Amino acid sequence: MESSFSSPRNDSFPAGLRVLVVDDDPTWLKILEKMLKKCSYEVTTCGLAREALNLLREKKDGYDIVVSDVNMPDMDGFKLLEHVGLEMDLPVIMMSVDGETSRVMKGVQHGACDYLLKPIRMKELRNIWQHVFRKKIHEIRDIESHESIEGIQLIRNGSDQYDEGYFFSAEDLTSSRKRKDVDNKYDDKDFSDCSSTKKARVVWSVDLHQKFVKAVHQIGFDKVGPKKILDLMNVPWLTRENVASHLQKYRLYLSRLQKENDIKSSFGGTKHSDYSSKDLQGILSVQNSINIQQNDVAHGSYRFSGNNLVAQNADPKSNEGDIKGIVSEPVAEPKKGTTSNIPDSQKTRSSQMDFNSSYTETKKGLVGNVPHSQKIRSSQMCVNHSFASVESEVNLTAFDSTIPATYSWNQIQLEKEHKPLIQLNNGFSKPPLPGPQHHFQADQLQSIPSISSRPSIPGGDVTGSSKSKPSYSEYTNHHGSCVSPTISPTISPTISATDSFPGQTKSCVVDHQVSETISTSTSNMKNQGINLSIDLESAQRNLILGSTSPFASLDDEFQICWYQGDCYGMNLELQNIEFSECTDPTHVTEVPAHLYDALRFEYPCDPSEYCVLDQGLFIA
Amino acid sequence: MDKNQSRRQVRLMRQSLFDQGFLDEQFIQLEELQDDANPNFVEEIATSYYRDSSRSLQTIELALEKTPRDFNKLDGYMHQFKGSSSSIGAKKVKAECQQFREYCKAGNGEGCMRTFQALKKEHATLKKRLEAYFQMARQAGPIETACRPK
Repeated sequence: MESSFSSPRNDSFPAGLRVLVVDDDPTWLKILEKMLKKCSYEVTTCGLAREALNLLREKKDGYDIVVSDVNMPDMDGFKLLEHVGLEMDLPVIMMSVDGETSRVMKGVQHGACDYLLKPIRMKELRNIWQHVFRKKIHEIRDIESHESIEGIQLIRNGSDQYDEGYFFSAEDLTSSRKRKDVDNKYDDKDFSDCSSTKKARVVWSVDLHQKFVKAVHQIGFDKVGPKKILDLMNVPWLTRENVASHLQKYRLYLSRLQKENDIKSSFGGTKHSDYSSKDLQGILSVQNSINIQQNDVAHGSYRFSGNNLVAQNADPKSNEGDIKGIVSEPVAEPKKGTTSNIPDSQKTRSSQMDFNSSYTETKKGLVGNVPHSQKIRSSQMCVNHSFASVESEVNLTAFDSTIPATYSWNQIQLEKEHKPLIQLNNGFSKPPLPGPQHHFQADQLQSIPSISSRPSIPGGDVTGSSKSKPSYSEYTNHHGSCVSPTISPTISPTISATDSFPGQTKSCVVDHQVSETISTSTSNMKNQGINLSIDLESAQRNLILGSTSPFASLDDEFQICWYQGDCYGMNLELQNIEFSECTDPTHVTEVPAHLYDALRFEYPCDPSEYCVLDQGLFIA
Repeated sequence: MDKNQSRRQVRLMRQSLFDQGFLDEQFIQLEELQDDANPNFVEEIATSYYRDSSRSLQTIELALEKTPRDFNKLDGYMHQFKGSSSSIGAKKVKAECQQFREYCKAGNGEGCMRTFQALKKEHATLKKRLEAYFQMARQAGPIETACRPK
């Protein structure tokens, strides 16, 4: 696969086409692999959707096309499809034994280039290169249609910090850079060479996405149109086509969130809302303490800088971004001094957040905006995933660079998080967080809300939190599989963080200030975050990091949470908490960190933590 | 046994698997994928299928025993099982899968049970037939297996 980094086989195209096949059925995986090899393609197989996303994120530009089954245990194929489309913008072909029109329709709606029915014939696979080629042509056209040079420059500058695509900017900055270096090189190459066969994608950076979302809001979601958005955005090098395709993705994302939200809201929306707002606040405050400067721009609320939590914008958008950033921050912080790390993560998060935030923006309705949060979640999820990768990177640097760049971060997160989490709880006990702990317990049963409810879980609470984190348990249980929205209160050990946290008291320090400003709810959030971390560790990493799946499952959970989170974002405004970030599942995890930052939580921003947070947030 | 005789035997066995509706075109696809790099590809796939499908059947069986029956879940399992069975072209097994899903959609527990039994039977029968076929094919020599039937 390494060889896939090299420029595609232009000379012998389509031979050497780099295909990533994702299917939970090992028999089919073997067959497809053989078939594709016979077509002279370079095949990589994958049995899990999360694993696939990891691979894709690790190797940006490492694949030309993705072929995925629709029904997979850890993540819905359509979800994967969305993620890939949003993050990597690769053509995706769906497969299924079910050829019902509605399913095929759904596939196309989610952006699939093609939908194949099983059993698949060789000849069908032979022609998949056309999708890659077509996309390439379109991209080149897009690039050439506007002032590409300028745009490229901008993109390049931006890409220093931002990965091609939405996330990973943090990676570049941090140690993850080592991983990214190769990618950067390619990105630069791509950017500078518009006419190369490599498609030069428009990098929807956090800033850009924020502008986009702002424009969408200004126009009014119903009346929005690419031209209007483009005019409002006032970005010279951006083309109408870029905006149009981005808008389409955004819409898809929103609608998916909406749907999820609807489903989620039925879960116990009230609870979520309670949590979310509170949590958000807490999270936001945490973030502030984290001192993440980066996001400020993008999100406004990001405020990582210093421990002042966010008073900045509560606006959902930034929240999301912030959340993300926050997440990354905590991670980076611990080790390095964090600022450097954090920014990266922040960035990545921000970008992610941006994406999310834009979603949330549309929703602005915090409480009760379930759909909104859903969106955020979705975006978050995407982001999370990306974050996850980023996280891992960030974490790595932060923690000790011993952490393997790949998803180990999850594990690391878990580990690290555990500690901090526990600490937090301890820390929390100090702040006047009222019953956060109780929340936990109560939450347990609630899928997401429970998580958030754990705000101040003093050391002792940690255990409690584990309970409440149904979502976590979900995570842990689902190490790799998607967590179904029904978070089962079987929260695994994760919360037994108390055990794991032994040394982290420092980080747990939940900022009192934060709690004060945020209100107990936030502390819940923190706890949640903490719990999350705790869970993570105890959960055996399965939790979130272990596999992207945790996120996947979290997604569901988060969705709900996010909604709440969205609300938080709104609430944040009230509280100046950057909840919007909270909505981001990843942020969630981060949030705790942020919150803790005040405390000095140095635990890695375990994405899982974020997830947890999200849950908590949503609970509000 | 005489080489020619064994080869003929193998041919006949193979043909009857198609004629009797045990296998469909997918099996031919697999045979076409077999080459020098993977000389026993078809058998490997069949082995892989039977390993996974046996486990799936156990899962479904357990799910069927639970009451009240979760038809959605069962339908999901069966959908997956059907997809898996399509990998080797297990025609009769697939047909039973489809029938099972129909009963699931109708919420017919009895029908599901009956169909499941039939499905298990088909699954086992095909397994025996394939095992015998592969064994004979190995005995007859590589030429037989590499042969591209019509």
